[in-house]
Amino acid sequence: MDNKIIHWFKFGSPQTFYPLAGKMVPWFWALAAIFLVVGLWLGFFVAPTDAVQGEAYRIIFIHVPASWMSMFLYVVMACWAGIGLALNTRLSSMMASAIAPTGAMFAFLSLWTGALWGKPMWGTWWVWDARLTSELILLFLYLGFMALQAAIDEPRRADKAGAILALVGVVNVPVIYFSVKWWNTLHQGASISMSKGSTMAVTMLWGMLVMALCFWMYSIAVALMRVRAIMLERERHTDWVKYAVE
Amino acid sequence: MNGVAPVYAPSPRGALGALGVLATVIRRDLLLALRRKSEVLTSLFFFVIVVSLFPLGIGPEMALLRTIAPGVLWVAALLAAMLSLNRLFASDYADGTLEQMVLSPAPLGLLVIGKIMAHWLVSGLPLVLIAPVLGLQYDLAPRPLAVLILSLLIGTPLLSLIGAIGASLTLGVRGGGVLLSLLTLPLYIPALIFGAGAVEADISGLGAAGHLSLLAGLLALAGFFAPWATTAGLRIALE
Repeated sequence: MDNKIIHWFKFGSPQTFYPLAGKMVPWFWALAAIFLVVGLWLGFFVAPTDAVQGEAYRIIFIHVPASWMSMFLYVVMACWAGIGLALNTRLSSMMASAIAPTGAMFAFLSLWTGALWGKPMWGTWWVWDARLTSELILLFLYLGFMALQAAIDEPRRADKAGAILALVGVVNVPVIYFSVKWWNTLHQGASISMSKGSTMAVTMLWGMLVMALCFWMYSIAVALMRVRAIMLERERHTDWVKYAVE
Repeated sequence: MNGVAPVYAPSPRGALGALGVLATVIRRDLLLALRRKSEVLTSLFFFVIVVSLFPLGIGPEMALLRTIAPGVLWVAALLAAMLSLNRLFASDYADGTLEQMVLSPAPLGLLVIGKIMAHWLVSGLPLVLIAPVLGLQYDLAPRPLAVLILSLLIGTPLLSLIGAIGASLTLGVRGGGVLLSLLTLPLYIPALIFGAGAVEADISGLGAAGHLSLLAGLLALAGFFAPWATTAGLRIALE
């Protein structure tokens, strides 16, 4: 009888998850590499030159997936943090801490590539557009989360405090987005429109989707590597870590 | 032992209703603030000084000052609120009062609401009261000035509510003050946008009602959720 019970939480403990994560990491790296090659090939060689924007538009193959990932990862991070807070599971909170730096990196990458794209297109590095502004605020939220966790020495307290902040942030992200949007329309009207979805060639869309997949795989691989390091660090007093390191 | 009342039941004589608890906490915090006047006045003077610095940096052209007045007053109010937030729970945490509050039979959420209200009375309301004078320095016309005061009146409790979450999370944490601003200021952005935007909307003829309603809506939302999150934060800090 006992053998038929599925152990749903088997991989919920660091001891069993550590080797599993170690096995998964190379696969996700491999997938990330494949999608990167395909995505960049589609983006740089297959996709046609944009009639209006010329070659410079090709930065969107990095920029758009990076923006998507930065927003998505914040939600994922808050979910893990919320699960950790509600069910008091150590591993969930560790996942949240492991995702945060990657999310912040994508938010920064999205702002950086956006500035590089904005200079030739709009003639300026930065405009107070709703999307740019809310992306910047998202970066601040990531930095706040990481700073709070770094400032608290006791890991369990850091987890819980970070979880509350992440959940408050998740409630606030839509509020911030819409407030920035309305503020923006009041100030300068719809002078700059970034919506060009309907005119986009199919290969461009494919390039972006494949690059998004690549960033997904990269994020999973890096988060797993980081969570492995966090597990070793936090559980260093246990026997399984001693075996795992040897 | 059957007929004996359980010891943890509040005795009927000493028990306070919800409003009684609230009033007690507010009175206590106001009394503490009155005994330490310098702390209260510091954030008020900070507000006045920051607002007065802007013309010195930007130049005394009245047309420009009129345009930036709402934004400057609002940003200065955010910073002044930031400055006073450190004290919201810190001294109670240091002397153990907060622990007693958590242990007391009164719900912690209620005590937190009381403390937040007292914080607003001490550090938010004075800013609203001094703002007309500062608005005159910026040559605001009576009507935009009235809208600005109204937006500050609705918005400063919002700042206290959101700030309380950050204050509870950074309680007793290394470099708490700087960290508090890093956590809280991004969350203040909607309040800033709608608060300062109300004045601009009024000047441009759109009417300030929409912005003020949104600000009041945010206040209602924060009034419900923020004490909850703050309570959770305090429990974590005291674990």
